[in-house]
Amino acid sequence: MNTVYDVLIVGAGAVGCAAARELSRYRLRTAVLEKEYDVAAQTSGRNSAVVHAGFNNTPGSLMARLCVEGSRAFPALCAELGVPLLKTGKVLAAFSDSDVDVLRGLIRRGRLNGCTGLRILSREELHARVPGVGGIAGMESPATCVFDPFLYTVALAENAVQNGAEFFFGNEVLSIVRKDGVFRVTTSKGEFSSRVLVNCAGLYADRISSLAGVEGYRIYPCRGEYLIFEGDPELLSVPVYPAPRKGIGGLGVHLTPTTEGDILVGPSAEYIEDPDDTASTAEIQRKLLDEAVQLLPGLSGRVPIASYCGIRAKQAEPSEGGFRDFVIRAEESCPGLVNLIGIESPGLTASVPIARLVCHLVGGFIPLEENPGFDPVRKPSIRFRDKSPEERAALVASDPDWGEVVCRCRNVTRREILDALENPLGVRTVTAVKYRTRACSGRCQGGYCLSRIADIMLREFGMRPEEITLRGPGSELFCKGAKHE
Amino acid sequence: MKTVFADVAVIGAGPAGLAAAAQAKKSGAKRVVALERNPAPGGILRQCIHDGFGLYRYGKALTGPEYAALAANEAASAGAELMFGCTVTELNAERQLYAVSRSGYFHIRAKAVVWASGCRERTRGALMIPGSRPAGVFTAGTVQEMLNLMNLKIGRRAVILGSGDVGLIAARRLTLCGTTVAAIAEAGPEPSGLARNVAQCAADFGIPLLTRTTVGRIIGAKRVEGVELCSADEAMRPIPGTERTVPCDTLVLSVGLIPETELLRGAGLFTGAQTDRYLSTAVPGIFSCGNCRKVEQLADFVSECGEAAGRNAARFALGLPPDAVIPEKSRSLPTGFPAPGAVTCTLCPRGCTVQCSGDGVFSGNFCPRGAEFARAEQTSPMRTFTASLPSASGRAVSVRSASPVPVKDLLPLARRLSGKVLPGKSYSAGDELPDLGVRLIVTGQSSF
Repeated sequence: MNTVYDVLIVGAGAVGCAAARELSRYRLRTAVLEKEYDVAAQTSGRNSAVVHAGFNNTPGSLMARLCVEGSRAFPALCAELGVPLLKTGKVLAAFSDSDVDVLRGLIRRGRLNGCTGLRILSREELHARVPGVGGIAGMESPATCVFDPFLYTVALAENAVQNGAEFFFGNEVLSIVRKDGVFRVTTSKGEFSSRVLVNCAGLYADRISSLAGVEGYRIYPCRGEYLIFEGDPELLSVPVYPAPRKGIGGLGVHLTPTTEGDILVGPSAEYIEDPDDTASTAEIQRKLLDEAVQLLPGLSGRVPIASYCGIRAKQAEPSEGGFRDFVIRAEESCPGLVNLIGIESPGLTASVPIARLVCHLVGGFIPLEENPGFDPVRKPSIRFRDKSPEERAALVASDPDWGEVVCRCRNVTRREILDALENPLGVRTVTAVKYRTRACSGRCQGGYCLSRIADIMLREFGMRPEEITLRGPGSELFCKGAKHE
Repeated sequence: MKTVFADVAVIGAGPAGLAAAAQAKKSGAKRVVALERNPAPGGILRQCIHDGFGLYRYGKALTGPEYAALAANEAASAGAELMFGCTVTELNAERQLYAVSRSGYFHIRAKAVVWASGCRERTRGALMIPGSRPAGVFTAGTVQEMLNLMNLKIGRRAVILGSGDVGLIAARRLTLCGTTVAAIAEAGPEPSGLARNVAQCAADFGIPLLTRTTVGRIIGAKRVEGVELCSADEAMRPIPGTERTVPCDTLVLSVGLIPETELLRGAGLFTGAQTDRYLSTAVPGIFSCGNCRKVEQLADFVSECGEAAGRNAARFALGLPPDAVIPEKSRSLPTGFPAPGAVTCTLCPRGCTVQCSGDGVFSGNFCPRGAEFARAEQTSPMRTFTASLPSASGRAVSVRSASPVPVKDLLPLARRLSGKVLPGKSYSAGDELPDLGVRLIVTGQSSF
């Protein structure tokens, strides 16, 4: 690459993509370097998918301020980006008087942070709101929402690209040298230069900072395991958490409905050594199942459809517990480097406010001239399953590819699969299809659609069998050539 | 939107649905429509290119595609209409359905419905097998589809979890397609598939079948690198401390079939497709048959049930009471490890278990042919060779050997045929393929 970019962003999670979009409001050459083969490949794609209201964060902290800012702006943001948002609210359940005290504490804290509508629920109100859950009292947060973090991050990235930003996948940053006011970044695939470097590398933000010569940060990976159950609107349509308790030994398992109607159970919290270790464990899965059934007895006898693990990029050491505030800082010792360290929850909710802060810091190095062509609106994708019978008939009449169901668990049609594979970011993996359409994520977990998606990749996109991967090189589904070779 | 009026609507054109559609017509229903989401009839039989189907119903050991072709011809000849590439999206208790295909979005109003949607496979998620989520974990039916209908190779070395028929058949097919099957792990005390399949899929190829063994963990982050096998307790759960790692790049799961009956909820049926003896669900006019109602050992029996369901559905549409009941099963075939020295004769529907005492004395056979069969099994076991060969036009052509070949020749024959691409013309069942060194007969062709 001979171009000198104005800004290079390391990491295409929600924050990196939000930063790319915010920066694309200005006349800047901006590029995102991502080591994986799609956006939201790590923590941004493995979480509870909740837009938090902000009552969990320490008053006066950056986390609290940016979370509340993000929460208030989320509905308008999702409308701009053309992505779904469910305004479910959230309920916390108290099982003892001390639980109720804790909830009152959360309400006080939330009010200090600027949250609205927080209130205690009586036993009757609690049971009316979430019939399947026990408890003596509860708390309601009306502003909490549920969203689709995959589509959200994809939308941020696509809108950024729409407005001129570039994305480079499979580019792991290996070295950073700053010389004559320019960062020279060597990746696994090439070399890039830029005037400003924004470190959105999440779990690896400490390493990137180190490569740029700024030491002193350390990320402690803290894994959260989840189970996914097929949903049932009668069983659960509102996120329900037990009142937080310290040191009980249980996980304090959360139940969260998704935009697809599934139910997420989790997360747990274990510090681990390896930031890449997303393995589920027998012990934790068992605990999640047991505690979920305790909180929502209607789950008894059901089996999960899937499990996954997300890893938090924590700054707080294991012995410290809790969490430290976001570090979002233009490093004085390395002018042009903007570090984002320890962006754990509420990072998703706060992703756009964080990105605006990044812009402000970038503006300290480069004049920010408005990009007159900037368009914040991304056209939403059409989803067959959301359409009425008449609308469906019209779609099929306009294009028969709408009439061929590929993922039958989610009613995703061939047209949507084709569009997902022809995406503006140029990513072409099975998980890319899953992120954009929800194919492969239903009760049969790709039992029906995986081979059909592979067939489309082979026949419509001329891919060879060995080029079909789950999420990039190393995760190939098939061997080269035919059988016996 | 197009409205379709039918006397009987059959959902699924696998063996159950095809038999139901044929019998519904024969029982007097005027318009019978079968909705099939695949591009061709046969359901799961399309990918079951091995033989052994139809011994009872047709008196011969057919491959899946051959059985499906017979069933489809019967349905078409009887006057049933088959709609392909057509997926049902909704059903209600008034027997109204919505379905979609490339031709449009259909509103189907039927007087009676036969639900014959088959099953899906139990997944890794349902088992909560620990580990990351690498590529290379497949369910056995999907493997069979990829190998036999798409000519893909899914891995070099596999472990199979589950010794039911689906897993056993997958073990054989993987071996013939050049993938080493390191082991079949069965959590229970005995294999759950047919004894005939344990013999012809595992023993024939020397594949270890480990009972009271399960998978405790999947190893690998991007692609499977191995599995941890553990001893299993009475509840089929891993016993800590018994782990041993088996290197492999593929895990194939054959751990149960789950009826695909979620759409029945729209009709008020929340617990699946249980039926009474007339194959009727709790909703009048909605009948069910095939694996979605109850997983059966043989397609032959599924067809029999389908006929009963189709007949009763037609009678319902005509305002008549049902009169066909679930047929008595003629026999259950033996499962588990074959008794030492015993074989199930497959020459006729009796399926005698013939025992050899070791002195050349046979017992348990109804006729002398059974003893001959058992003797041949002892001295020089022969098998019908089946395979799927790609054609230049992208089709997968399923074939069988014209005559049985010795067991020891199966793998060498498969290897000799590997890499062969047939000329890209259209093939019909019964075509003989020239110049391949062995007489091969086409049993079907599929463009996936």
